[in-house]
Amino acid sequence: MSYTSERAEIRFGCGLMSKQSLAPDAGAFLGRLTSADTVAARYPIERFDVFQTRIAQERQSTRMARDMGSERASKAAARARRDLRKEAQTDAMRWMGHTLLRRATTADGFRERLTAFWADHFTVIGKGGLLRYGAMPYVEQAIRPHVAGSLGDMLRAVATAPMMLIYLDQDRSAGPNSARARSGRGGVNENLAREMLELHTVGLGAGYDQNDVIELAHLLAGLSVSVEEGFVFRRNATEPGAETVLGVSYGADGPGRLEDVMAALDDLARHPATAEHLARKLAVHFVGDNPAPGLVAAMASAYREGQGDLMAVYAAMLDHPAAWEGPGNVKRPVDFVGSALRALRVDRLPLRQSAKFDMLLHQPLMLMGQPWDRPEGPDGWPEADDDWITPQRLAGRLQWALNVPPVLLNRLPDPREFVRDVLAPGVPEELLFAARAAETRAEGIAVILSSPAFQRM
Amino acid sequence: MSHSRRTFLSRSLAMGCSLAASPVLTPVSIASAPFENRLIVVILRGGMDGLGVVQPWGDPDFAALRAGSGMREIGQRNGPLPLNDFYAMHRALAPLMPLWRRGEVGFVNAVSTPYRNKRSHFDGQDLLEAGLEDTREGIRDGWLNRMLQVVPGISAETAYTIGPSGMLLTKGAAEVSEWSPQAVLAMTPQARRLMEHVMHDDPLFRDTLAEAMALSDIGEGAQMMRAGGMDGAPDDMLSGMAAVRQGAQLAKDNAGAVHVAKFAAERLRGEARIAAFSINGWDTHARQDSTLRGPLAQLAEMIVTLRDDLGPVWARTGVIAMTEFGRTVRINGTGGTDHGTGGTLVFAGGALRGGQVHGAWPGLDEVALFERRDLMPTSDVRAQAAWIMRGLFGLSRDVLENAVFPGLDMGADAGVVR
Repeated sequence: MSYTSERAEIRFGCGLMSKQSLAPDAGAFLGRLTSADTVAARYPIERFDVFQTRIAQERQSTRMARDMGSERASKAAARARRDLRKEAQTDAMRWMGHTLLRRATTADGFRERLTAFWADHFTVIGKGGLLRYGAMPYVEQAIRPHVAGSLGDMLRAVATAPMMLIYLDQDRSAGPNSARARSGRGGVNENLAREMLELHTVGLGAGYDQNDVIELAHLLAGLSVSVEEGFVFRRNATEPGAETVLGVSYGADGPGRLEDVMAALDDLARHPATAEHLARKLAVHFVGDNPAPGLVAAMASAYREGQGDLMAVYAAMLDHPAAWEGPGNVKRPVDFVGSALRALRVDRLPLRQSAKFDMLLHQPLMLMGQPWDRPEGPDGWPEADDDWITPQRLAGRLQWALNVPPVLLNRLPDPREFVRDVLAPGVPEELLFAARAAETRAEGIAVILSSPAFQRM
Repeated sequence: MSHSRRTFLSRSLAMGCSLAASPVLTPVSIASAPFENRLIVVILRGGMDGLGVVQPWGDPDFAALRAGSGMREIGQRNGPLPLNDFYAMHRALAPLMPLWRRGEVGFVNAVSTPYRNKRSHFDGQDLLEAGLEDTREGIRDGWLNRMLQVVPGISAETAYTIGPSGMLLTKGAAEVSEWSPQAVLAMTPQARRLMEHVMHDDPLFRDTLAEAMALSDIGEGAQMMRAGGMDGAPDDMLSGMAAVRQGAQLAKDNAGAVHVAKFAAERLRGEARIAAFSINGWDTHARQDSTLRGPLAQLAEMIVTLRDDLGPVWARTGVIAMTEFGRTVRINGTGGTDHGTGGTLVFAGGALRGGQVHGAWPGLDEVALFERRDLMPTSDVRAQAAWIMRGLFGLSRDVLENAVFPGLDMGADAGVVR
């Protein structure tokens, strides 16, 4: 099998909608990634460096209250903090709406899927306070601009992103012989170093050992966060001397330097084991739980040749016949809801009505097993189909398909047309029958959205 | 999911017109096992203030630390209920008094996980559910799941979890399915038939739909639908907001601990042997005494419901409720307490030795405190759980100290199991 315009939108994009412009070939499909990111401009999400100013503001009001020392000042500060929290919460709901509307309306669905894939690969979870709302700004700044670039650039952006440094405790890590540790202020934390090897780059099977983890942790010491400035490199937390990671030595005598860290990140990004690990992960995510070895090999080879140039890897994937075979993965809940909104041509969401938004989108995603921006750990969301299709999670999908579209649209489309508009050619006969046999438009739409033909990519 | 379980479920599949699902705060996980005793593990999320729940009025320092903070004192109207010469129980636990007298409710004081000094809910709960010494090696599964992994003959047939995202406690290689007893989705018989029709050729969807239908027919939501408890004909309910609202309302009604306890009891009377779920709301940073009332009432209702609904099985049941950490012994500036260290384990059930407060009492004198602020832990909460599992299920100490809680020293038996 090979490229077809409709399957490309379903499997690698955000799904089909009536009257959408299709890409005639893989080159055109990929080429969209090199043009301007117009949908992001239409539905903006704050970048993290802007979001950071909210955190600085919060800190400042607390500090002022403490300096003034009066009860009135501390009440005013508490109020200011509450307002900041509230504002961030409202904005985060809008950003979630914008993320879904990007999927629903974009002309380049692959960019949305890639952004979600890499955001998941480099998962962060906001650890409390305003940071709870910082994950989307992190993705907007550290992930999205790099999805059509190189993994090395993305890894550099992630490793200097305050959300990641805080999430994996890097911000408080200091080399055991650093000035900071010697003055009794903390020691080394291996969390980011371990996940960087295990999850972000070479992967568990790559043959690194605990010593590599410790050496990398010593090398990363210094990457930190300041409330006022965001990312900072703290020289006094760096471990003096060279570190050896996967057989390569970085740095020299004296305090650590940011260049040495970056050199190690570049090497990790270009490592052959990283090529293998990420090629497989992309194939599993986009094609199926057990991708053909030939497909993975072709993608890994493109990765190695391009030294982590991601466009070459995507091209290798789309060019391989195995990428177009099989029943396709089950959509994750966010993919399902996004593609359903797209199929229904929803271009407005109740972004100012938090209770309604919660009931129509936030709660249902939780029910389907994917609470927004709350994966369980740094390894992100599961990939296997049967992780998502459990009795209660499937019930969540059906509940949404039955109840929500009639609320979002004044008039639902005719199921008999809808079934042909939003599925690839060759709609299963029983689904065509069901679309005709439903008692109401709402039921017809629900049955189509719930069908495996729509639920799979 | 094994074949025999599917058969069981499709046999029990009745033609209802509803499909239960759930938005949800409280996940319940349930597993069956080759033993007769039952274990229910409840995670109290937010850091329960043990000192506010089982109040040590017999300790000479307690009144100075806590009285006058808006907390009702012993002897006052609506004050705490004396348990013995030393302890009194928060008034919101009054429904448990008869069980305490019969020895079916008890406490273990001054317990904690190995988690020290950082006091984050996030990490504290992870460590409690992972059952590890620390998280340096990463977390792969929960201790209740590891227990299931080592028991021979655990069947996946009737093992399932209830809740939208499950709990770390039951995550892992042993199969524990998931379900949430909340929220109902109305579906006409026609829509149900069409759903079955379009899913028929995709085994994953077909089989999961059948299970969802079977499970939903067990729940209260289904009974409510069949009894016509919801307004309007199914057709009307599908028309927009009304259905969503009703679903959300029902979800809210069903979200309480009683509902979860009923569901768990129903399963445990049958093949299931282990259930787990959470009660939230323990993070009492302000107005301590009254903030505790809500979650304590839920805890009490949950235990009473389990006792009532388990019937004869209650005698073979142990319920343990544990929290990620205790709270500061002093009251803070807003009449509440902040994150601390040593805390309290609440237990119930006919298989456990209640009517007493176990655990060595470390005292509240400033020098006896952990970092001069928290109750000093005198036992590891994992050791308490381990001895209870040893007593209920006969697991060997070796298995408990190596496979279930790697690296744990269980110490001496606290004697909580009868």
